[in-house]
Amino acid sequence: MNRIVVVGYGPAAHRFVETLADKGFDGRITVIGEEPRPAYDRVALTSYLSGTSAEDLTYPVPGGVVTRLNTRATGIDRQAGHVVTGDGAEPYDVLVLATGSAPFVPPVPGAEHAYVYRTIEDLDAIRVAAKDAAEGVVVGGGLLGLEAADALRALGLKAHIVEMSPWLMPRQVDEGGGSVLKSHIEELGLSVHAGAGVQEIVTDGKGRVTGLRKPDGTVVDAQVVVFSAGIRPRDELARSAGLAVGERGGIVVDSAMRTSDPAIYAVGECALAGGMIYGLVGPCNTMAEVAAEQIMGGRAAFDGADLSTKLKLLGVEVAQFGAMDGALDVTYMDPVAGVYKKLFISDDARTLLGGICVGDASPYTTLRPFVGKPLPAPPSDLLFTGSGAANLDLPDDAQVCSCNNVCAGDIRTAIAGSGAADVAGIKACTRAGTTCGSCVPMLKQLLEKSGVEVSKSLCEHFTYSRAELFDIVRVRKIGTFSQLITEHGQGRGCDICKPAVASILASLHNGHVLEGERAALQDTNDAFLANIQKNGTYSVVPRIPGGEITPDKLIVIGEVARDFGLYTKITGGQRIDLFGARVEQLPEIWRRLVDAGFESGHAYGKALRTVKSCVGSTWCRYGVQDSVGMAIALELRYRGLRSPHKIKSAVSGCARECAEARSKDFGIIATEQGWNLYVGGNGGFRPRHADLLAKDLSTDELIRTIDRFLMFYIRTADRLQRTAAWIESLDGGLDYLREVIMQDSLGLCADLDAQMEHHIATYADEWQATLDDPDKLSRFVSFVNAPGVPDPSIVFGSERGQIRPAVAR
Amino acid sequence: MTWTPVCDYDAMLPERGVCALVGDVQVAVFRTYDGALHALANRDPFSGAYVLSRGIVGTRKGEPTVASPLHKQVFSLVSGRCLDEDAVTVPVYPVRVAGGCVEVSV
Repeated sequence: MNRIVVVGYGPAAHRFVETLADKGFDGRITVIGEEPRPAYDRVALTSYLSGTSAEDLTYPVPGGVVTRLNTRATGIDRQAGHVVTGDGAEPYDVLVLATGSAPFVPPVPGAEHAYVYRTIEDLDAIRVAAKDAAEGVVVGGGLLGLEAADALRALGLKAHIVEMSPWLMPRQVDEGGGSVLKSHIEELGLSVHAGAGVQEIVTDGKGRVTGLRKPDGTVVDAQVVVFSAGIRPRDELARSAGLAVGERGGIVVDSAMRTSDPAIYAVGECALAGGMIYGLVGPCNTMAEVAAEQIMGGRAAFDGADLSTKLKLLGVEVAQFGAMDGALDVTYMDPVAGVYKKLFISDDARTLLGGICVGDASPYTTLRPFVGKPLPAPPSDLLFTGSGAANLDLPDDAQVCSCNNVCAGDIRTAIAGSGAADVAGIKACTRAGTTCGSCVPMLKQLLEKSGVEVSKSLCEHFTYSRAELFDIVRVRKIGTFSQLITEHGQGRGCDICKPAVASILASLHNGHVLEGERAALQDTNDAFLANIQKNGTYSVVPRIPGGEITPDKLIVIGEVARDFGLYTKITGGQRIDLFGARVEQLPEIWRRLVDAGFESGHAYGKALRTVKSCVGSTWCRYGVQDSVGMAIALELRYRGLRSPHKIKSAVSGCARECAEARSKDFGIIATEQGWNLYVGGNGGFRPRHADLLAKDLSTDELIRTIDRFLMFYIRTADRLQRTAAWIESLDGGLDYLREVIMQDSLGLCADLDAQMEHHIATYADEWQATLDDPDKLSRFVSFVNAPGVPDPSIVFGSERGQIRPAVAR
Repeated sequence: MTWTPVCDYDAMLPERGVCALVGDVQVAVFRTYDGALHALANRDPFSGAYVLSRGIVGTRKGEPTVASPLHKQVFSLVSGRCLDEDAVTVPVYPVRVAGGCVEVSV
């Protein structure tokens, strides 16, 4: 069995090949997909309309997998053992059908003018259609339908939802929940037409859509119609190959995911497993894993799946778990707050059967693992927020992550056995929390209860986290490390707490980092205002705001580098790095640079580094805003700002994004209307694209938002935590961040603004200040007893016409 | 025992080091918060670079220490022993104050 061919390249196919690769399959894997790209994250599809690119959504192709994109399989020759495509035949030993499903479009007149909501191309088409439209209607008020309606709303349309059932989301909520959901959605300005079908799509004489006619004859005005009325499995290939299919469609499979031909498997939405078609990512992933394991000789089986769902649609939390009825039920309803929670219980009132939540999904997280098990507390306690529910002990076989089928016991094993000490560790060990993320609060709870003390102590000298120390220093107005450690710590500090406290003092007071006692807190880089290199020499990086430099200043850098014999290299941040300086040379080098108008670039500090830019609208024919001017303004505004870790930024003048702003801690991309602000990007060890925080900001709004973002980060992040990890660690993530810095939910904004004002008002170039102070300058010597003598251990060889470190004899 | 003058005691910042060249030996001299002096070889045995005098001075469980500025291994200022890797030790030198001047003996 050397050749595995997969037909269809959606998420289930991806999970299948990924599992094969993980299990060490060493044969040939070929995936045939009709879309122009590998599988992408359909759960996050809607984010494509708000700026996430197709590339970001696309899953990486596992190494060694051969892909045939833009290729449609047209037949299966089971005798010969190959799949027929337009290009020829693809021979297989094992064939896996992952052909997915197609949206169901009811055969009503005018249906050919409607759109569906499934692929990136569908969304492109809807976006184009929305440009000339004022109103849109989505047919289907299920999970995906509401998402499509939200997308239309985000595209600026007045959105309608037409649902056949008497209430929205009939598969997830009952009538009571449906009515609470409806009022939430109507409050957002969407119209709900429940209990209504579609008679026809109405068009004008030129074939343009003008509305949707309901069976009662009334017409909903709309220029865009999107169908989201269920799915139909794509089983045509299997059908024509003579494989068994269900009466109402779907490729029949056994619990090993095998079809009626033992050499052919089917997984995902095209498979009819136990008489059911599954349209949720969790079960489809499980099917893919089962098939992969079976093919590798394992014994995994698919015996149905938990269809529990929790989601946030249009800002409303909706969740359903377990059964949707039971002998007894307990309901909590608060129409004012828009909250509806219901639990279903067995007739002896002992066993939890299921539940429905609208407006507050917390019972989903705490109670779903108890489905089929004894009620952990009286139902009335469980339904009130903040009651004992959070302290429940989960049984080992309780499923915590339904997307990846991970139970509480698996997580406990990861914590105790594999040493997972935080949520990231659990994710890496078990995959729990890596798909929809709804179980992350549960993972945190399991960690806390596991007895693994997640210590927040900075080091042995302080039992506080960095954020707590920041507050202590701020509120008690502490000015020195000695005062802080005497009053709030023990011992005399170390290489962990000293630079951290130095950074806090710098963020809050902004004095010179080498003033008085603070000189002894700094890491060697800050102590010498330069970057130490492997041989004990330092490198020098003058600030070049926005990467813009005059020829005269460029020449000065060249002359300094030449005169001091420094290795010269352009950095990734549009600056120039000069290497190989001995400590006693640093003041001489900087005297020349400061005289020519340069300032410290803080390349050595946990501080703002650079704000890169593309050339922008001044020169570029595509640019829509002056990205260089903005980058310079931002770099000058935040220069010298000390922070928990380095901060990088970039500004792009148009959506082509030549400045790579989305790999930065804060990145700005120009739009026709203003600026889009992205936060939490990272290159480095764990690359991460920045998330869109706010769209189309004016220049003032942009600067105010960045001011607060940076100050809130500086206040609350851990030591050496980049913004990417910080945002991931925020409870409530990006939404919470928006609430705090844009809606001022904590009443902090005035304080954050004042702190930034203080920073800007008190900024001074620290190299200039050092050159002006004989005391500070006197420390820049290799040998205190022989100030003029260079360090004999520092020697250089040469490479490509420049110096390189060599080993001293 | 020959003593070589390094610098005035008052010129040394508390909790920072300086480096002295004694013949061809580089000596890192530290003044701790309580006023005590310690002297170690300046060479960081992990990287081979002569940089220990530029490390951060602190304590570990009460013992005065310096951390290498390159990869942060911590050394005892008293014994020269690396507290992160048992087998590694750097030389320790005698140090004293004579007439307000710091002196080391190599």
